[in-house]
Amino acid sequence: MANYSTNEFRLGLKVMLDGDPCSIVENEVVKPGKGQAFNRVKLRNLKTGKTWERTFKSGDSVEGADIMDVDLQYLYNDGEFWHFMDQQSFEQQAADATAVGEAAKWLKEEDVCTVTLWNGSPLAVTAPNFVELEIIETDPGLKGDTANGGSKPATLTTGAVVRVPLFVNQGDVIKVDTRSGEYVSRA
Amino acid sequence: MTWQPSAPISHLAARAKLNRLIRDFFARRDVMEVETPLLCSSTATDPHLSSWRTQANGRDYFLQTSPEFCMKRLLAAGCGPIYQIGKAFRHEENSRQHNPEFTMLEWYRPDWHLAQLMDEVEALVLNAASAFGHNWEPFPRQTYRQAFEDAVGLNPHHASQPELMNLANARISGDFDGLDRDGLLDLISSHLVEPQLPRNGVFLTEFPTSKASLAQAGTAADGTPVALRAELYLGGVEIANGYQELVDAAEQATRFKADLHHRQTNGLPTVPYPSELVSALQHGFPESAGVALGLDRLLMVLLNCERIQDILSFPIDRA
Repeated sequence: MANYSTNEFRLGLKVMLDGDPCSIVENEVVKPGKGQAFNRVKLRNLKTGKTWERTFKSGDSVEGADIMDVDLQYLYNDGEFWHFMDQQSFEQQAADATAVGEAAKWLKEEDVCTVTLWNGSPLAVTAPNFVELEIIETDPGLKGDTANGGSKPATLTTGAVVRVPLFVNQGDVIKVDTRSGEYVSRA
Repeated sequence: MTWQPSAPISHLAARAKLNRLIRDFFARRDVMEVETPLLCSSTATDPHLSSWRTQANGRDYFLQTSPEFCMKRLLAAGCGPIYQIGKAFRHEENSRQHNPEFTMLEWYRPDWHLAQLMDEVEALVLNAASAFGHNWEPFPRQTYRQAFEDAVGLNPHHASQPELMNLANARISGDFDGLDRDGLLDLISSHLVEPQLPRNGVFLTEFPTSKASLAQAGTAADGTPVALRAELYLGGVEIANGYQELVDAAEQATRFKADLHHRQTNGLPTVPYPSELVSALQHGFPESAGVALGLDRLLMVLLNCERIQDILSFPIDRA
């Protein structure tokens, strides 16, 4: 990968820091009128999700990280790996639990997810913003109680539990916003 | 790229008002407004300043990083007190507080001491503040050493390079190998000292001798050699930088040569030796105090703007 000098730093640039791929989320130049300039940078570690603060001397360079976001179709989980496929090349990728993380509870077969590849291997998986999943278990709704905005927990086929309105029943397919984990509507 | 200005028209009007106020201020005090060229055959030698080089009539010229050299040549020619509102150019990254082309107010007071000039800077800034509806108090004076010791507990004049390096490594995350003592002072002051400065404004005085630039050498109350330099900080941001101006031509020549040597050995762009300024000093230069004030940054503080782009008509990415 190419090296990037501090004057090429920009938001979203992917660089290697202490062996981990990171994304620049903030870049501030500190320059005394007469004196050495520095870049104060905030970076998100793409492996751990943690944010690091780091100061670079202006003119320093860092190694770029080979990071690519691709849209892949989710195929199946074999108990250890989640398998994805590129719909053009039919090339497959296997992501482990660390890479899939929280997205696991929203993955439905055939849904297209954003998979972040580092050196060609899955580093992180982002579920689609909205998914449609079937409710496998929820208490029956109480009649006449639909107007007051009450809610109840419902378990979905993936194992995720979301709060749903009382009128929603077992067997219904619902639309969920995966970013907030909230019920949107019946599908 | 968009065609619209990035600052609201009201901020452009505020700048016009500030310029008017400055011109009135100096007219009342009999300080003459001057204009000096932006394209000159020499430029700042300071290793941390980078000038644009261009050609005219087969010669190299430089966009000025400040009007200092030409204004000092006028002082040597006997012009008396002078000021200039003009553009300055520094080849550096744009950021919230920097645009490579910016506006500087620079003025010189022959026969004045730096302390008198600080009083005048304060009068000008407080005058501007009240015109913009602020009620600011006069700014305390604090030595660089006090500010440094209060923030990090080290004496900036005596601490060794390894002591400064240990402090930097303990308190700031990064790889600072290769920074010399002076670079470490910059790192520590920008990261650990400036955030602790009084938000309502402060003059820092008596800088380390390595930060003298074009300021005279002097001594602190305890006899420590210091640079007779003062900086005004507002909201933790550098606004103005003043010197008891160096008048010794031989000392000035030595510092220029040291800068040029540093540039050569560190692979920095070379710049010509500013022989015209040295000649002017040799001719005889009045004891003077001089200051450069960043007008864009002052305007940002007066208008409570966070970003320089909010007060520039067309910052570099729209210019």
